Amino acid sequence: MGEGVSIAIVDYGLGNLFSIGQACRHAGMGVEVTSDVKTLASADAILLPGVGAFADAMQALKDRDLVSPLKDLCDAGKPLIGVCLGLQLLMTESHEFGSHQGLDLIRGTVERLPEGGLAPDGKRTLKVPQVGWNRVAAPDETDKWANSPLEDLKDGTYMYFVHSYHANPTDAGVVLSVSDFGGVRYCSSIRKGNIFACQFHPERSGDSGLKVYENIAGMLKRGDFK
Amino acid sequence: MTIRIIPRLEIKGPNLVKGIHFEGLRVLGKPEAFAKSYYQAGADELIYVDAVASLYGRNSLLDLVERTAKEIFVPLTVAGGLRTLDDIREVLLAGADKVAINTAAVANPDLISQAARKYGSSTIVVLIEFIHHGDGRYEAFTDFGRESSGLDAFDWAMRAVELGAGEILLTSIDRDGTGSGYDLDLTQRISQAVSVPVIAGGGCGMKEHVGDVIRDGSADAVSVASLLHYNMIKSLPRDTDDFADEGNVEFLNRGGGNKKIQDCSLAELKSYLVENGFNVRPDREAV
Repeated sequence: MGEGVSIAIVDYGLGNLFSIGQACRHAGMGVEVTSDVKTLASADAILLPGVGAFADAMQALKDRDLVSPLKDLCDAGKPLIGVCLGLQLLMTESHEFGSHQGLDLIRGTVERLPEGGLAPDGKRTLKVPQVGWNRVAAPDETDKWANSPLEDLKDGTYMYFVHSYHANPTDAGVVLSVSDFGGVRYCSSIRKGNIFACQFHPERSGDSGLKVYENIAGMLKRGDFK
Repeated sequence: MTIRIIPRLEIKGPNLVKGIHFEGLRVLGKPEAFAKSYYQAGADELIYVDAVASLYGRNSLLDLVERTAKEIFVPLTVAGGLRTLDDIREVLLAGADKVAINTAAVANPDLISQAARKYGSSTIVVLIEFIHHGDGRYEAFTDFGRESSGLDAFDWAMRAVELGAGEILLTSIDRDGTGSGYDLDLTQRISQAVSVPVIAGGGCGMKEHVGDVIRDGSADAVSVASLLHYNMIKSLPRDTDDFADEGNVEFLNRGGGNKKIQDCSLAELKSYLVENGFNVRPDREAV
């Protein structure tokens, strides 16, 4: 699969990096967990993980002088993968507890999931945070998943989510998948050239999730992640 | 958004065990073998509860967590004997995705807020093991059911969420292992009062009980032990010599089932739930 391909997981003190590293290794990729810019630059791809609050995460990136290097590497074409909060950090700004600037690699905002939505059975009110498995669907009729990390996945496959906020990109063209929360469709993954980011945790999503990392490894190996 | 079905594996030393009211622990097999089989069968998450860590202050779970986390790719929650932020860090580094704390949180509620701040609220589950007393009181217990806390289980759940618990994991001690069904009343009162998910636990004896606690207990997730273990044990290879060091293997040697439990496989449980209109992730789907 991904033999000979390397991925650098950004270590900025947040997030459980074990499971992401394990899933990358399972897909055959070499894994570095690092906050060193040179190591990030020499890897074939950079993965930005994250759990917790948006503002804390941005501050942690700033404290480690990682904001400009990440933006520069991405602008130069380095494949960049965001997972969970790592997706939200790519956006222009977040409305989590006030307004906070993000990395602005994807234009748009981060908004709270709607309160009071009904579950698909129509009987119970959904709680925020969303914790659990939800469907991930193609956003429109176009074949956006071809040659993307979601290639060959079943439209509507289940992935594992833990979040209270979601990205809201300005350009609908970058939305790779949508998911439903209490009748509201929200963006659950993004693809824009050398950027792929997902709100769900592929590394905790069983075989479907492992397939995402295998696809990433394959794209990197073929030089197709651009 | 689906209701999660979560096998709960109680661990004593190197073995998977199951008791009744947390006592008389029988050895059922090796936890990592059960965990891997549950993962392959479509478990939505897994929970490990170290049954003796709080009692003896030992923390032997780390190796087991590490071995397990390399083979399963769904969330793994670990409970038992986690007393400090360092204990939590070690288990997370070994590969757990979440930790559940009980005894240490009751002794020092600030541990919940400290841990939530440090590792994210979604990583910190508060485990409430409770007994429904004859006079109607629901009391939280610590140390795997050995010590009464004097805390009302409902009030304690409210406080835990206020302090930053990301989920509440309930386990009924008086129903544990009896097959008499989940405690619907407390589960529903807590689930409807808090903003975070509530995982029901303790007492499941047939697949219908899982449906009951989703419908009548408003459970956001359901932990299941005996129901699945006593079925899984029939399909896994068994070698009682492996277990000679630790615990009561008489049950394994007899090769007996459990009359109180109408056991079923995870696939059968999920099929039943899907057929009855419950919103769960199907046990398997084509990738």
